[in-house]
Amino acid sequence: MEPIINHKGTVATMDRVNVDTDQIIPKQFLKRVERTGFGQYLFFDWRFLPDGKPDPKFELNQKHNQGATILVAGHNFGCGSSREHAPWALDDYGFRVIIAPSFADIFYNNCVKNGMLPIRLDEKKVDQLLSKGANDTYSLTVSLENQKISGEGFEATFSIDPYWKEMLLNGWDEIGLTLQYDKEIQAFEQKA
Amino acid sequence: MAPKTIIEKIWETHEVMQEEGKPSLLYIDLHMVHEVTSPQAFEGLRLANRKVRRPDLTFATMDHNVPTVNRYDITDRIARTQMETLETNCKEFGVDLVDLVHPENGIVHVIGPELGLTQPGKTIVCGDSHTSTHGAFGALAFGIGTSEVEHVLATQTLWQSRPKTLEVRVTGKLSPELSAKDVILAIIAKFGVDVGTGSVIEFTGDAIRGMTMEERMTICNMSIEAGAKAGLISPDQVTFDYLEGRENVPSGDEFIKKVEQWKQLATDAGATYDRVVTIDASEIEPMVTWGTNPSQGVGISKTVPAPTDGKTETDQRAIKQALEYMDLTPGTPVSSIDIQHVFIGSCTNSRLSDLRAAANLIKGKTVSKHVRALVVPGSEKVKQRAEAEGLDQIFIDAGFEWRSSGCSMCLSMNPDVVPEGERCASTSNRNFEGRQGKGARTHLVSPEMAAAAAIAGHFVDIRQWKLQQVTQ
Repeated sequence: MEPIINHKGTVATMDRVNVDTDQIIPKQFLKRVERTGFGQYLFFDWRFLPDGKPDPKFELNQKHNQGATILVAGHNFGCGSSREHAPWALDDYGFRVIIAPSFADIFYNNCVKNGMLPIRLDEKKVDQLLSKGANDTYSLTVSLENQKISGEGFEATFSIDPYWKEMLLNGWDEIGLTLQYDKEIQAFEQKA
Repeated sequence: MAPKTIIEKIWETHEVMQEEGKPSLLYIDLHMVHEVTSPQAFEGLRLANRKVRRPDLTFATMDHNVPTVNRYDITDRIARTQMETLETNCKEFGVDLVDLVHPENGIVHVIGPELGLTQPGKTIVCGDSHTSTHGAFGALAFGIGTSEVEHVLATQTLWQSRPKTLEVRVTGKLSPELSAKDVILAIIAKFGVDVGTGSVIEFTGDAIRGMTMEERMTICNMSIEAGAKAGLISPDQVTFDYLEGRENVPSGDEFIKKVEQWKQLATDAGATYDRVVTIDASEIEPMVTWGTNPSQGVGISKTVPAPTDGKTETDQRAIKQALEYMDLTPGTPVSSIDIQHVFIGSCTNSRLSDLRAAANLIKGKTVSKHVRALVVPGSEKVKQRAEAEGLDQIFIDAGFEWRSSGCSMCLSMNPDVVPEGERCASTSNRNFEGRQGKGARTHLVSPEMAAAAAIAGHFVDIRQWKLQQVTQ
């Protein structure tokens, strides 16, 4: 897993609440047996018109959102299905950081396991970002190390579980890490 | 000892490691695997040259992609590859697979309990958000992503932050005209799709205690739709009676011993939760969702709301967007919404009691000529039992299509799809945009409400139907 320490990029804003993983990656694309190549299908049913052309009304198709690596959205982002294809698609499309007032639990974990940083911010702070990035390209710097976000006229700090932070900072293979506790797992199994 | 909730009891007896400031390393008693969320996990093991640590605690089935007309005729090449991949993986890693030809094949959350694999006090995971279903037995059961599937395969554990506890109390007596589905839809409509975020729900109260195991499974199944990590119900005699005699459940003295252990799991009197919400069963009526998330639902006697009913500007915009997608006008009586499709099935409502309830209501009636109606049993065993009772014939005589088991039109990964712009009364769990097909409009209801809608061609208040049946 690629470590994430400091990240600088532009934001794409999606002023919508309860964005579910069925929208992030519709079910017709879940049949692949690989982890890669899902970016082209990200938000497929919202992103493309029936004739296959990009829908100009959809947020990610707007000019100022092109090349964004930070996604800002409304509360309960990633709700619904546990499909990890959702973070795989966001990652493959180019997003490294997602900012929202709240995330669905499984989605949050799935992001962390893929080296993407989900950031919970106060709703008012998210609203500020949503308006700053609504019509123009807006840049942010995210420091995981210092748990800080800054941009023109914007400052915020965020909290993250220290364990996830360490994992992301180091890009660790979690399974390898857990297997170091093999003795403890074995002891538990014998006791049970 | 301080009184504890069942959630704390299960959590604490499964912690392999607990260090200050770190998530707990939680031992997993049962890992269920299906074809859609596992291929990348097995591939990860292969690349790192790792094994499945406890094949004996791992169990696989195929359900999401399975065709329901002829289950062996898989014309979708990519779907077939996915199922073949699971077969290869299970063989290579020594995992038991209930494949398509197996007489016990079915939806993972239907067959786990059927086989007695689901038991009180277990920690159960699966790469599927509706794993919460198994909480009905007093198990801590939750959905995980594919990276976590790989982690459990390799280590039989997961790093998990301790969840908050949320009691959802359903007081009063549930009227016999209502179903468990109405209760859970009413809970989500009242408290929202993220009331449970970061929490495990325990459902309590007289209305829950009075439910059968199959009803309890419907309730716990949709915990994830309230945003919860898991939902569970403390086990009682109803639970033990359901389990007795099932394959994988100990028998004789061993069973008696188990029951004594299971009894200790129930939440202690005086235990407290981080949060408690309450709903009175008497305020619930048969529910229909009108929108594009499971909280956007109302009672059958109500009308479609307007964007101005939203509390915040964001809510108002969400309602407006949902109404546009669903092509509904505010103020429309729910009972006047015409439907073109009916789906009775899914891990929420495809068990024998669901099929019985639906069949009872429509016996001798005929499906509206504008409606295509599907019944998809949750497992091959459910199908077989329903057929032994003649339920299949009741459905077929009324004009329903009687299919073989699978996830089917709940997420339409198989060929069962709702066409664009058409409406479906569905007993499944999600009414998200495009869930049953691109542009398809899903209304979540109970099996009886779906069956009645198939006959009438629109939603009806089944309480009035039942009244007529009694007076006739």
